[in-house]
Amino acid sequence: MKVSVIRNVLEANDRLAQELKDLFAARGILVLNLMSSPGAGKTSLLERTLADLAGEFKMAVIEGDLQTDNDARRVAATGAQAVQINTEGGCHLNSSMIMEALKQLDIEGLDILFIENVGNLVCPAEFDVGEDSKVTLLSVAEGDDKPEKYPLMFNLSEASLLNKVDLLPYVDFDMDRAKGFMRALNKDIIIFGVSCKTKEGLEGWYDWLRTKRAAKKN
Amino acid sequence: MHEMSIAQSILDIVKQELEKNGLTTLIRVKIRFGQLTNTVPEALETGFMALTVETPFESAVFELEQIPARYKCFKCCEEFSPEHTGRVLVPCPHCGEELGHTVLAGKELYIDFIEAE
Repeated sequence: MKVSVIRNVLEANDRLAQELKDLFAARGILVLNLMSSPGAGKTSLLERTLADLAGEFKMAVIEGDLQTDNDARRVAATGAQAVQINTEGGCHLNSSMIMEALKQLDIEGLDILFIENVGNLVCPAEFDVGEDSKVTLLSVAEGDDKPEKYPLMFNLSEASLLNKVDLLPYVDFDMDRAKGFMRALNKDIIIFGVSCKTKEGLEGWYDWLRTKRAAKKN
Repeated sequence: MHEMSIAQSILDIVKQELEKNGLTTLIRVKIRFGQLTNTVPEALETGFMALTVETPFESAVFELEQIPARYKCFKCCEEFSPEHTGRVLVPCPHCGEELGHTVLAGKELYIDFIEAE
């Protein structure tokens, strides 16, 4: 016999993501899902952010990687709480992994939780992890056509950081072209040009975090 | 290779539906996926095969159908399907606007039906 199903394939993950959203909303914690290719600078951005805003916010990080706890150690060196998830080959984080990681985090009084997803410009976009916003990094060394080639992640991101702008004199990266593709995919996307190495442009990112944090608190 | 996770989620739902309807043998499962999701049909098929080999689902037919993208123009509000697929800039055929269209279809990923006995 034929049985009509009409069920969203990712409903189990979406249900858990909603539970996480409710949990974070009840505590007024801003949660950001940070995504990019490997090496775009997610951990460097976190190191800067955690150090520069340490006096303003209580922040924590959930790190996703295939192997090693290198990133959690880098982030923890700033004094922030960090939990490492090793996906052992898995290409993205999902909500059940975040639920599990939360058991190791003290979220009492937390202002901002960063979820650093597995370095991958494709798969993480499909899986909500209870975040308020997705944020995508793209480093200028990767090429200005990446939003065009990997559209979904930019389409779903509320903000995007073009990192490593200190390398612009050495690479063929057209900032306007990259921004044009991003806006075609998502006309409201907020774009920051930054360098985590020189700290250029980070103040704009920090102001956005402050605004998002204030909105979540109320 | 997130298709493996998707294939596992499909199997979980199929098992629930079989049990709910008192069925035991899966003959066919039909999945519909939007053109704008990052779903690679061949990878999804491979994932489904890998997860069902030497199980009661091994002989089930796994059928995939793509749902084309459809937009509503940001400027003139006309609806259209892009002429060329896989392009970021999708100009509206009515007014030429390239930015800010609302996606009406193409982001779906769901199990349409199963055939079982």
